[in-house]
Amino acid sequence: MDAFLLQILNGLDKGSAYALIALGLTLIFGTLGVVNFAHGALFMIGAFCAVTVQRILSLSYLTEDPTQKDFLGRPLQVATPYVESWFGTDIGSAIISWSVPLAILFTIPIMLAFGYAMERGLIKYFYKRPHADQILVTFGLAIVLQEIIKLFFGANPIQTPEPDALRGSLDIGILLGLDANAIIYPIWRLVYFFFSVAIIGGIFAFLQFTTFGMVVRAGMADRETVGLLGINIDRRFTIMFGIAAAVAGLAGVMYAPINSPNYHMGMDFLVLSFVVVVVGGMGSLPGAVLAGFLLGILESFASTTWATTTIPGINQIVIYLVAIIILLTRPRGLMGRKGVMED
Amino acid sequence: MFGLDSKDTKLLIVVALLVILAPFILNPFPTDSALAQFNAGYPDLMQRFVIFGIFAIGFNILFGLTGYLSFGHAAFLGVGSYAAVWMFKLLSYNVIPAIALSVIVAALFSVLIGYISLRRSGIYFSILTLAFAQMSFALAYSVLSNPKFNLTNGETGLQVYPGDPQVLHHEGLPDVPHLFGIAMRDNFWEPVFGGWSFTFNNGYYLCAVLLIAVFYLSIRIFRSPFGMMLRAVKSNQQRMNYTGLNARPYTLAAFVISGMYAGLAGGLLAAMDPLAGAERMQWTASGEVVLMTILGGAGTLIGPVLGAGFIKYFENIFSKINDNVLHQWFSFMPDGMEDFMVFVLHPFIGKGWHLTLGLLFMLVVIFLPGGLVEGGQRIAALFRGGRKKRGGAEDGEHHPKPSPHVAE
Repeated sequence: MDAFLLQILNGLDKGSAYALIALGLTLIFGTLGVVNFAHGALFMIGAFCAVTVQRILSLSYLTEDPTQKDFLGRPLQVATPYVESWFGTDIGSAIISWSVPLAILFTIPIMLAFGYAMERGLIKYFYKRPHADQILVTFGLAIVLQEIIKLFFGANPIQTPEPDALRGSLDIGILLGLDANAIIYPIWRLVYFFFSVAIIGGIFAFLQFTTFGMVVRAGMADRETVGLLGINIDRRFTIMFGIAAAVAGLAGVMYAPINSPNYHMGMDFLVLSFVVVVVGGMGSLPGAVLAGFLLGILESFASTTWATTTIPGINQIVIYLVAIIILLTRPRGLMGRKGVMED
Repeated sequence: MFGLDSKDTKLLIVVALLVILAPFILNPFPTDSALAQFNAGYPDLMQRFVIFGIFAIGFNILFGLTGYLSFGHAAFLGVGSYAAVWMFKLLSYNVIPAIALSVIVAALFSVLIGYISLRRSGIYFSILTLAFAQMSFALAYSVLSNPKFNLTNGETGLQVYPGDPQVLHHEGLPDVPHLFGIAMRDNFWEPVFGGWSFTFNNGYYLCAVLLIAVFYLSIRIFRSPFGMMLRAVKSNQQRMNYTGLNARPYTLAAFVISGMYAGLAGGLLAAMDPLAGAERMQWTASGEVVLMTILGGAGTLIGPVLGAGFIKYFENIFSKINDNVLHQWFSFMPDGMEDFMVFVLHPFIGKGWHLTLGLLFMLVVIFLPGGLVEGGQRIAALFRGGRKKRGGAEDGEHHPKPSPHVAE
């Protein structure tokens, strides 16, 4: 029982990332009908926003501390971050420590603007072109974005620690009335899970309960009719593209402490997220979320020692196997509707 | 000739001459001159031109004709390489069984993958092939290299060790891949004319002969009723289904043929250098062949070969250029200007080659969907139009024709 629960929990953080990226992909696909191969790059840019904010906040100046000596006997150079000198040591160090959550505030406008610019500047011209061209141009864009990030940040993963207060792990077993030490789980992964649930809930609420969301849903169902009613649906879809980019960016920011960002993390996630979208059903938002979590959990079950000793390497291929089986038995995916991306 | 019309015969002869004379053509600069760094006539690079040319020709039979965009073709290349190295390990270093087996194994693989993937088309197909390729990569990289059952030798890559059986190997045969005793890595002629030196490599000519053969085959496929049927799939699969034709056997055949081309390329890669690694199957490698085909011109005969040569050549050149070389080039400029130019170009050279490639690829997809071939045609049309009348002929280009509706 505990082991079972532990595997489910282990799958949640990866599953959350899959769900968020797949949600963004589906938003773009459902509204604009574009397959965005650059979505993984947006996830990666989000993660590097966290790195950037952390670096900016810890910008420091050097002072000489006459009381301490370095190994050559000269006065020790002490780096003091500017934020510490402006806000005092306590608040300053707290700000640096909380830089990843703070990066969220920075990421949202950046990613919204980036998504908006990407749609207006590039994707717009590809609506009338075949899907193959859309795939190709976004693939090219993904390479370019990845290489630009590599240019500025280098090829090595960059450690981006979570806030001190959220470091360490939590004994969930005790909370649930089980034995102590039965289920120990890192706090930050729990935070990531709740964060992604909040974002997913926010997106669904936005689409369900606002007028804007209603129009967008109507446009997803029948773009032409909505256009004929005198509503500028293109503008709204552009904004949805921005929102989808922001979702990917947020998924990336919060994922930075779990997996040190490197320039190709986006590509790694993208392939799996596509599989998630296909399994969930192309164009189905709940399907994307459901499949994201399911596949994340499945992967974690396949990584148990029992599974890997029974079938070596099953954890590497289980997602693809499941995707193939699902596509063969349920070609529309788990929750795909009739008429969306049919042949 | 050979059942081709005169235009295709000319094309085939031109390609054959270019490939056979490549050691001369690709070494236009004397060895000692400053421009010698632009020479590409050394065996290793020429082999890559030809091998990736074969790979791209095969990919083009699928993508160019049927419009099915496979993002997993590198899997077949990798499988071919593994099959060839296993032949080296078990039989002997002779390349004939190795290449034969690599084509056969790739064909079997592509039947399996194609049968499943071709149930869907459009993006689904792309994603399915991508998933299969990533799965093969994961299998080769870690799953199939455990101590109990080591098929791929994981990260190290599969290679021939002295303890391997090699049952047909005997004294007198070279200890490197060979064709009945002719070692692939040896050069059979290294003439020096004045300042120029050229290298004629056994392995390169094996690849070259095969390239000409498979290029001829691809012309025949393009011109055959079968090729016509594949084009029909690309232009409107639905209509084809309504006329009572089942498109799937045709697309599957195209998929398997292109998989065999990829397997051949993989086998040749192993024959030139008896080592097979999982990174050959990674999806970036699949992306590369897509880039080559699109850059050269998908659906054209010569395009993929041009694209493969173009990418491999500039990959090689760009990786060699560094800041010092740039400083030399711009040394005629005032100092500040020189530093500025080097600063601007720095991200695009050396390790930044992928950035250049990505940008170039985007530009081609956006402005020149027909690739280099279309670019050449446009320039030719510009010259012809320029002589007759200016302006009028250009207009058609500004309003591109609606592109064919690729199966979706």
